[in-house]
Amino acid sequence: MADFDTPEIREFPVIPTIMEGAMSHSSPFIAGEEFQSDMGFPSAENVGDLIDGWKEKFLELMQDKLSKYRSLQVFMDTCVKCGACTDKCHYFLGTTDPKNMPVARQDLLRKVYRRYFTFAGKYFPKLVGAIDLTEDVIKQMYDYYHQCSECRRCAVFCPFGIDTAEVTMAARDMLAQIGYGQKYSNQIIPKIYKIGNNLGLPQPALADTLEGLEEEVEDDFNVKVRYPLDEKGADILLVTPSADFFAEPHVDGLIGYGKVFHEAGVSWTLSSKASEAANFGLFIGSYEHMREISLRIREAAKELGVKRIVFGECGHAWRVAYNHLNTLAGPWDFLDQNYPIPQHILEFTKDCLDRGILNIDKTENDHMTVTFHDSCNIARASRIGSEPGSQFTTPREVIKAVCNNFEDMAPETIHDATFCCGGGGGLLTDDLMELRVKGALPRMTALKHSIEDKGVTHMAAICAICKSQFTKVLPYYGMTMDQIVSVHQLVSNALILTGQGEEADESEDEAA
Amino acid sequence: MTALSILYVILFYVAMITLVVGVVNKILQYIRVPAPLKIAVTPAPITKTGVVYRFFTEIVLFNSLFRATKWTWIFGWMFHLSLLLAFFRHLRYAVSPDFILWPLINLEVVQSFGKYAGFAMVIGLLGLFGRRIFVDRVRYISSPSDYLMLILLAAIAGSGLMMSFVNHIDIVQLKAFILGLFFFDWQNLPTDITLLIHLTLVLTLMMVFPISKLLHAPGLFFAPTRYQIDNPREQRHLSPWGAELEAKDGRNS
Repeated sequence: MADFDTPEIREFPVIPTIMEGAMSHSSPFIAGEEFQSDMGFPSAENVGDLIDGWKEKFLELMQDKLSKYRSLQVFMDTCVKCGACTDKCHYFLGTTDPKNMPVARQDLLRKVYRRYFTFAGKYFPKLVGAIDLTEDVIKQMYDYYHQCSECRRCAVFCPFGIDTAEVTMAARDMLAQIGYGQKYSNQIIPKIYKIGNNLGLPQPALADTLEGLEEEVEDDFNVKVRYPLDEKGADILLVTPSADFFAEPHVDGLIGYGKVFHEAGVSWTLSSKASEAANFGLFIGSYEHMREISLRIREAAKELGVKRIVFGECGHAWRVAYNHLNTLAGPWDFLDQNYPIPQHILEFTKDCLDRGILNIDKTENDHMTVTFHDSCNIARASRIGSEPGSQFTTPREVIKAVCNNFEDMAPETIHDATFCCGGGGGLLTDDLMELRVKGALPRMTALKHSIEDKGVTHMAAICAICKSQFTKVLPYYGMTMDQIVSVHQLVSNALILTGQGEEADESEDEAA
Repeated sequence: MTALSILYVILFYVAMITLVVGVVNKILQYIRVPAPLKIAVTPAPITKTGVVYRFFTEIVLFNSLFRATKWTWIFGWMFHLSLLLAFFRHLRYAVSPDFILWPLINLEVVQSFGKYAGFAMVIGLLGLFGRRIFVDRVRYISSPSDYLMLILLAAIAGSGLMMSFVNHIDIVQLKAFILGLFFFDWQNLPTDITLLIHLTLVLTLMMVFPISKLLHAPGLFFAPTRYQIDNPREQRHLSPWGAELEAKDGRNS
């Protein structure tokens, strides 16, 4: 790992002066032949080389993308270089590299678009900043399209709604198809196909883990709460990120979901086939892979005969589930139409809280003052509730219903202006540690200030990637890894189970 | 007719055709290319009316730009509003007095606002030019064409102001020339150098419109991030090529 300095948290956030090439060395490992072929992508003889005929292939792929994605075609044309986005990306703010300004990132592809697909760029390339497609250009694309977490903060501020994530996704997919696939994502996705989840946890390991959770909860509360796996005939299929099965603080969230389901008296199950909510097909910009991963959930739901699908705490997974599950794996006419398809676990819990069927003791969380990190994909690409903006209110209302002490971070860093954790979009890998630490700067700054000014002790999140990223990055900024918590961990803390603490095991009947 | 007038008649038709064909072509392309996925940037409207309102705030108030940077917003908004006012003023050269909207166009307020808007336009453009030069981030992303576009627009505004305030031209003859273009009854163009510069620049602008970033005007309406209704769970969204994929493997049935 290259040496680097953690950026300094300042009293007031400043827009940095640009420093060209500051992150030109940051590049994730390129996928070798074994991972590329699993994904159906080609590879050159040596890792790091491009396939034969890469240039023609790339332009051909670009033509194809432009004719399939209105977003890409329109976004290539409409940018006026106004500069509104230039200070909005957390990676730019943390690294000062000008190629991490959203418009400059888009321009890596736009310059090539202009050269080969527009009149002005074909005949007056210098005038409009069009450039020839060379190996060096491809290399830069690979480096800088892997310094974008597809968080869409820039799109919020663009006067034309240009979304860099769309450009990043298109570019990554084209790169993968000329031999420049990213190792991290291309290594993970086949595990979903072969085993069912990103972490490669097979069915027996999952069953074992869940049994362990049941024992843990019973030991703690003397109530038998079930964590069922592959149970046919259950009403609800819970699809949750696989990190929930063992990582901290994720697993405390999973314990929380189970307790809420238990108290609500519903029957539910996890599926080993769909034991992963994450969908890295989004990150690599592949419709086909995103669909393939989504179809597992359809198959699992049919095989288990469930009536509803609920998603656990995961940001991009919820983006895909909320926006694309219907498109990619629908129609869902075989599920109960009285519930949202799919439903977010927070929608479920909020409903239970509203109906007053959960026995809550808020003082259980009195040792904390909690703030909430809006995950980028949830904030800017979904809803959690029926109204626009409910993705901000629902989590906060749930937290406030189970915690006495809640404080928001600075207004320009929350809701749809939230900063990415720095590890989203397929960048949660050790070979990008410098980028992840530096990209976390804006969020760390806001958190640090609310710790100092408002006495915040913990930050709650509803995304597996955010939780993992913060666990790793918080210590770099002088905070501790246990300051990041799951929202359902807070729910779990405050939720008093029926029969909790009683001697006999009367509660068993209710667990159906 | 003078040779110069004939030249400008031809240039006008060429520019007009380039503009209309070019922009219509682009719009048809934007319509033809499907949006395979729901990608509205949320919070997004959940009804059509809501989308109209969203566009209203973007087009009339430049809402997102306002949130992004106040300086660019001030200069940009000032420029675009002035452009609109100047456009209304110019209608009097292209519309005959028996046209239904004539009383409106001929209102003192429309004409005066349009006249002084020229100054606001120049100030707005200078501001945008200044940002391009002095803000390191904006300088980094600017190409020669970005500066040239501002210079072109400023020169159009400047030459227009010259005719309004310094060097008046024969607007009766100009109007005859313009109406002549519409009715194919071609008339002579006043041979005033300021006017010729003004018209040449405007014709240039019309011709570069469909091959430049000026496409942001029609493109704005085709950003799926902004026009899509936020209802993916309620209504299934499927593109033609997405449907083909499904039909091929039948896995969605």
